[in-house]
Amino acid sequence: MNRVRLVRIIGTYGVLIALAALVLFGFLRYDRFLSFYNVMTLLRYNSMFALVALGMCFVIMTGGIDLSVGSVAALGSVASALASPYGIVPGLAAGIGAGLVAGLINAILVTRANLMPFIATLATMQAASGSALLLAGNQTVSVSYESGFTAIGQGNLWTFPIPAAIAVVAYLLGSLVLNYTGTGRAVLAVGGGEDASRLMGLRTDRVKFLVYVASGGLAGLAGVILASQFGAGQPIEGVGWELFAIAAVVVGGTLLTGGSGSVVTTLAGVLLLGILFNVLNFENGMGWISLSAYWQSVIRGLFLLVVVLLQARLTQRRLGAL
Amino acid sequence: MTRPPDGPSPLLDMRDIQKRFAGIPALVDASLCVRSGEVHALIGQNGAGKSTLIKVLTGYHRKDAGQVLFEGKPFEVHSPHHAQVNGISTIYQEINLVPLRSVTENICLGREKRHYGLLDWNAMHAEAEGLLSRFSIGIDVRRPLGELNTATQQMVAIARAIGFSARLVVMDEPTSSLDEREVGVLFSVIRQLKAEGISVIFVSHKLDELYEVCDQVTIMRDGRTVRSAAMEEIGKLELVAAMLGRDVAAVEGHATAFGERDRSGIGNVMFSARGLRAGQAVRDVSFDLRRGEIAGFAGLLGSGRTETARLVFGADRANAGEMTMEGAAYNPERPADAIVAGMGFCTEDRKSEGIVPEMTVAENLTLALLPKISRNGVLDEQRQREIVERFIRELGIKCSGPNQKVRELSGGNQQKVLLARWLAMNPKLLILDEPTRGIDVGAKGEIQRLIRGLADQGLGVLMISSELEEIIEGADRIFVLRDGISVTELEAEAANEEKVLTAMAHGTSASSEAAT
Repeated sequence: MNRVRLVRIIGTYGVLIALAALVLFGFLRYDRFLSFYNVMTLLRYNSMFALVALGMCFVIMTGGIDLSVGSVAALGSVASALASPYGIVPGLAAGIGAGLVAGLINAILVTRANLMPFIATLATMQAASGSALLLAGNQTVSVSYESGFTAIGQGNLWTFPIPAAIAVVAYLLGSLVLNYTGTGRAVLAVGGGEDASRLMGLRTDRVKFLVYVASGGLAGLAGVILASQFGAGQPIEGVGWELFAIAAVVVGGTLLTGGSGSVVTTLAGVLLLGILFNVLNFENGMGWISLSAYWQSVIRGLFLLVVVLLQARLTQRRLGAL
Repeated sequence: MTRPPDGPSPLLDMRDIQKRFAGIPALVDASLCVRSGEVHALIGQNGAGKSTLIKVLTGYHRKDAGQVLFEGKPFEVHSPHHAQVNGISTIYQEINLVPLRSVTENICLGREKRHYGLLDWNAMHAEAEGLLSRFSIGIDVRRPLGELNTATQQMVAIARAIGFSARLVVMDEPTSSLDEREVGVLFSVIRQLKAEGISVIFVSHKLDELYEVCDQVTIMRDGRTVRSAAMEEIGKLELVAAMLGRDVAAVEGHATAFGERDRSGIGNVMFSARGLRAGQAVRDVSFDLRRGEIAGFAGLLGSGRTETARLVFGADRANAGEMTMEGAAYNPERPADAIVAGMGFCTEDRKSEGIVPEMTVAENLTLALLPKISRNGVLDEQRQREIVERFIRELGIKCSGPNQKVRELSGGNQQKVLLARWLAMNPKLLILDEPTRGIDVGAKGEIQRLIRGLADQGLGVLMISSELEEIIEGADRIFVLRDGISVTELEAEAANEEKVLTAMAHGTSASSEAAT
């Protein structure tokens, strides 16, 4: 029984172990890996991905998928850049609002029109991308540097990057909702068996509706940070973000089929992927070898595969031990 | 329409319910009247409308017409959730809980306990433990439900229903996946519910169970309620007659599906297994199967019957033991080897391992046969049609034609399609795992006669069944398995319920020493 429990813990927290190992590797190999500057830059940059992955995590736990998050973030960045001259709040509201609208459309397509999430969000992905380009007039949109809008992405809370602080708060809230509210439990129940949940009297459509709206809103918020951090609304950014988010969620041990998952390990998944990128950059900086972006891609892909295979093995052994 | 006699006003009174699906009537004139603290059987053949009536009651379907009174007041239910909060809980045939989530979550989902607005896990675990302890079930409520056995999962489903302070619990074929001992536990739970004044609607195909636990019975046929009576006032034969819409005399001919069998056609030993062992499930199983013989595997759930069959079919590999097929050593590494050796295997779980519901009768029937009826990879449609039509005729598969989707057939006819798929391969040995599970009485007899007819033609049949009657009347030779060990071998003439039950329960019987 104890062995079973131990194996289960390793299965669930495998990503944390991998993360710790990677950090240790970086610390031992590169002088400035754990320097204050490097860590803070890493957190600031990855906060956008963290927010997108959080929304994705909830969608995947219901057994769905949201492919639109990348282009919704791009749309959010354009909307917030356009609103940025009016101040921080209008900038935030415009970006998040655009995301919520996209999420609402996804939610309606999935729960009312009964479209497959894959198809529904693929359509929204195209539409959001087009809207972003239209809204931006086919170019990047500079943000206002006078209204204080750039603080969202570039500012610090004491010494901690504000976007990372936003991500931390979002993950705390996400974890609270998942573990300590009926809605959170219903998310997992719907993913674990939608028909069963409906027969148990849960309002499954309402739960699915909420996760798509939340995912859209979080993608919009990520877009605000994108615009604020890089000083411009970027209609063509966000390509491939959905795959990064899905990878982070899966590496975090959340079942792609839904019904089982965790917010905390999703964050670990985001950090793992982000740090891997960082480590490869350091490796190039050492001067021994020079890895092109293509080789970096290949290595990241292989690493991802190893982590996922490892986790599949651990999960299997865990089931086998029972 | 039969109305119950005078007495306390009924808890539930459903009158003249009508329901159509895409214009096709499922309920024409259905009524159901249940009193407080009553265990009420609801029976009928497949397609009689039991499930539809129940789903109307629980808010899964909307009725087209009719009236529902619950606790004396008109009750318009609009969702399963609405039914639940009003005291009507349902336990479905395929347990409808979420296997990945913990026992506690499955019991408490939808009515979580809160503390300052947040979930109070300690209180919820305690509640789950408390509910289960009422039925003397002590399990770790933090474990995922899927790790528990079927019977315990069922108890969790019941605990959930009662946790919603149900006044009426609907059980849709709760015993179909339980063994006899577990059924006993379920019945004691039902009696306890009854003692607490909670009513139970009990849907089952197993007539013996109804007499054991039910007070009242309502019989449906073709979407109508045809009879409602106190259980003690109606005989088994009358019950079956009402379900089938036939007179008693006709049923008397029907009830003995197996009847006496001429065993002179049974030949020499075709297949034999000695000392089979695989993991914990199969520890020491030996048996012989003769040509033209029906060998029955009896045993409780988890006794290793299906696991043994999987070894024989090469779906799993044995750690130890020897098998011979037609005198030659037989050691299958995969099902393909078993098929080459002339075996077929109709699995227990039709839905997930057998039929492909969206494909047609013809496609399902010839799925395994495709290589044989194709030339250079191109399907010979002429041969396919001949084969399909032959089996539809020979097995009496009721379908609109070879191109009807299997999904649209009744359970009995789906089973026949599966049987036909293997028979088309011309097997020498056919393994049937629970061949009549979930099939209504009429179709059941038909399948049983079919099996017998196949054996008469020289096919060796290995039949696994949880229904004692089916094994004792249907098999020529019975092997009783207990905890993965073949403990007893009985000849049909010498077998009776008591002997088989004793062997299942205690593993001892006069003739058993040799096998162990």
